[in-house]
Amino acid sequence: MTALAGWGRYPRIDCAIAAPRDEAALAALIARGGAIARGMGRAYGDSALSATNTISMRHFKRFRAFDPATGVLEAEAGVTLAEIIETFLPRGWFPLVTPGTKFVSLGGAIAADVHGKNHHGAGSFGACVEWIELMGADGAVARATRDDDRFRWTLGGMGLTGVILRAAIRLQPVASGWIAQTTLPAPDLAAAIEAFEANMDAPYSVAWIDCATSGAARGRSLVMLGRHAAPEALPRAARRDPFAVPRRRLRRLPIDLPSGALNPLTLRAFNAAYWWAGARRAGAALVDWDRYFYPLDAIEGWNRLYGRRGFVQFQCALPLPAAREGLDALLRTIAARGAGSFLAVLKRFGAQEGRLSFPMEGYTLALDFPCNRESLNLMQTLDRITADHGGRFYLAKDARLDAATLHATDPRWSDFAEMRRRTGLAEAFASAQSRRLAL
Amino acid sequence: MSGAVEDAVLILGARSDIARACAQRLARAGHPLMLAARDAATLAGDAEDLKLRHGVAVTCHDFDALATGDHAAFLDALPELPEIALCAVGLMGDQAESQRDPAAAIRVLRSNFEGPAVVLSLLAERFEARGSGTIVGISSVAGERGRASNYVYGAAKAGFTAWLSGLRNRFGRGPVRVITVLPGFVATSMTEGMDLPARLTAQPEEVAEAVYRAIRHRRDVVWVRPVWRVIMAIIRALPEPIFKKTRL
Ligand SMILES: Cc1cc2nc3c(=O)[nH]c(=O)nc-3n(C[C@H](O)[C@H](O)[C@H](O)COP(=O)(O)OP(=O)(O)OC[C@H]3O[C@@H](n4cnc5c(N)ncnc54)[C@H](O)[C@@H]3O)c2cc1C
Ligand SMILES: NC(=O)c1ccc[n+]([C@@H]2O[C@H](COP(=O)([O-])OP(=O)(O)OC[C@H]3O[C@@H](n4cnc5c(N)ncnc54)[C@H](OP(=O)(O)O)[C@@H]3O)[C@@H](O)[C@H]2O)c1
Repeated sequence: MTALAGWGRYPRIDCAIAAPRDEAALAALIARGGAIARGMGRAYGDSALSATNTISMRHFKRFRAFDPATGVLEAEAGVTLAEIIETFLPRGWFPLVTPGTKFVSLGGAIAADVHGKNHHGAGSFGACVEWIELMGADGAVARATRDDDRFRWTLGGMGLTGVILRAAIRLQPVASGWIAQTTLPAPDLAAAIEAFEANMDAPYSVAWIDCATSGAARGRSLVMLGRHAAPEALPRAARRDPFAVPRRRLRRLPIDLPSGALNPLTLRAFNAAYWWAGARRAGAALVDWDRYFYPLDAIEGWNRLYGRRGFVQFQCALPLPAAREGLDALLRTIAARGAGSFLAVLKRFGAQEGRLSFPMEGYTLALDFPCNRESLNLMQTLDRITADHGGRFYLAKDARLDAATLHATDPRWSDFAEMRRRTGLAEAFASAQSRRLAL
Repeated sequence: MSGAVEDAVLILGARSDIARACAQRLARAGHPLMLAARDAATLAGDAEDLKLRHGVAVTCHDFDALATGDHAAFLDALPELPEIALCAVGLMGDQAESQRDPAAAIRVLRSNFEGPAVVLSLLAERFEARGSGTIVGISSVAGERGRASNYVYGAAKAGFTAWLSGLRNRFGRGPVRVITVLPGFVATSMTEGMDLPARLTAQPEEVAEAVYRAIRHRRDVVWVRPVWRVIMAIIRALPEPIFKKTRL
């Protein structure tokens, strides 16, 4: 038994965990039932935890094939995006879709059907997946392509349809390792939304949003647009090897911060300082891929910032017509409680296909709260506001939603649960999250 | 001269976790690899991965350390005589079983000592004849003093360590270089399920980095985590009347 948690360090559960090295060992583990695959453990809550049968995929991490003509990479599920970038960026390729940390596994990216800053144009991770190979309840391995039922239930299926062993993904060609970034300060929520809507042709866009400030400046944001820079746009010194970027020093958060270190005062102060600093640096800049896509990866173990009790993330998506009103209600509630977080993120989603995928055309808001009773209460209020505006929730970030709210806001999960019961997947695969959410 | 990136490396016992980490590290530096293990066909996936990641040539070869009579033929059948040979072959066995069953004890002794020593001897001859070559032997701190909990394995490793030391002494003025690697606990398939203290336990990648640096910097003996050097110095220094009553 090992005490395991997701990235938010809540909940922490004693789990039987094994790390098989081959398919036979994996099949034997699945046969025990109640199994859940675990990649890099970057889901925030209990998606990759099973008290009786957690299966680490860390030994399945081989690249299998790469076609430089098409950019299609075949790899085992435990390979991380960090490894993919390290290997293929120097050859001019980058993941088509990437979340805000490069330390996710291919299996985790597929199972959560993750989204990136380019969702409004490129779609979710599923858009680049050509096929997957999945080990099912009976231990048999089958390849599923985009039209297959198993493929469609697995994208966003949070590991509950089987264990992804291998996949083929299409990388995108890039001309350099640099991003041309433009920062647009938006003094309030309406301005932020306007900035997103006016820049739908920017390949990447995301906003840091101040959740701690109320009044006229509520929802003030720094909207950051980006596109892969052409080598000609780089300074002369960088042009010789446009894929080489300065190496970042990895810093490590040495200790857990005391749980009270984050309070309304420090939050407001931080958010104000961040906004003013960002607004002053507004305009165009060249940023290397690591800083642009993964600013938090530079601080190893930053999840200890919230102290031993851990933290919970709230992430919802709101449909476009109701987004503005819904966001306004969410921000009002958060600021009124003096809650909110250092890094709250607002992002415009584009249209989304996919049977279980989280994104929907509209806006998504994500923010962290220290894990305590007030936060959990507040999040229930946020759940209601989300539900009232036709929104839905992201299971990769969730640690505490209740089953009734999930099924009421997103009936797709009821169909999924029914399918799992009918096909025997429910006994074979389960996580602490799937039990909590009656999946 | 050993250590240049174009030098081919032969890895014996290539399916071991430590060996696989070494293969990654050496391929990253640009070395072409020959991977040797029992049932070499199962190494195909690793070989493909190494080629894709690092763009080096990789070949796979059947090798059984216990089939000592075949070792010369094995070496002669390789595409070329390597410049560097790394032996990660090892078998911990079960101490209780080794005490009970002579066949089990013999398997442990032969796998950790006899087999590696025979194949590395043959390599040393060929390296000497050519006038260059580096031999890296992965032994263990377990060979530093026999302890009740694993003395059959420990004795075999002690033999291997002494053998490597002798070989190094024989070639003290060249042309063959000999590196002894003494890992403490390493988190691999060999130790899976054992409750190892985190501070004393290295990851295979750490061993690989130490091996790589030892090759680069022409070291003789490498303790992967320096703390083990201290621990073993203390254990070795304990007078026998005291030592025999301990449970280490
Ligand atoms: C700093 C940070 C930023 C993030 N930013 C974003 C973001 O911008 N966009 C976004 O979408 N997400 C984001 N995330 C969430 C993260 O991308 C997802 O949770 C992702 O699933 C994590 O991958 P993992 O390998 O760590 O998977 P885990 O956390 O280990 O598992 C996540 C889920 O995937 C399943 N799974 C893992 N491997 C397999 C497999 N081989 N077969 C079947 N199922 C499997 C698990 O069962 C579980 O349900 C962020 C997380 C962090 C910590
Ligand atoms: N793990 C530790 O804590 C630790 C500590 C100190 C030293 N070491 C030493 O480090 C080396 C590598 O071990 P590891 O930790 O990586 O464990 P491992 O994965 O169990 O590796 C041992 C390898 O030796 C191979 N082997 C055994 N007998 C063989 C034979 N007759 N012919 C060919 N190959 C044979 C095995 O091959 P198969 O795959 O075919 O079985 C296996 O791949 C060993 O010498 C070990 O003694 C390990």
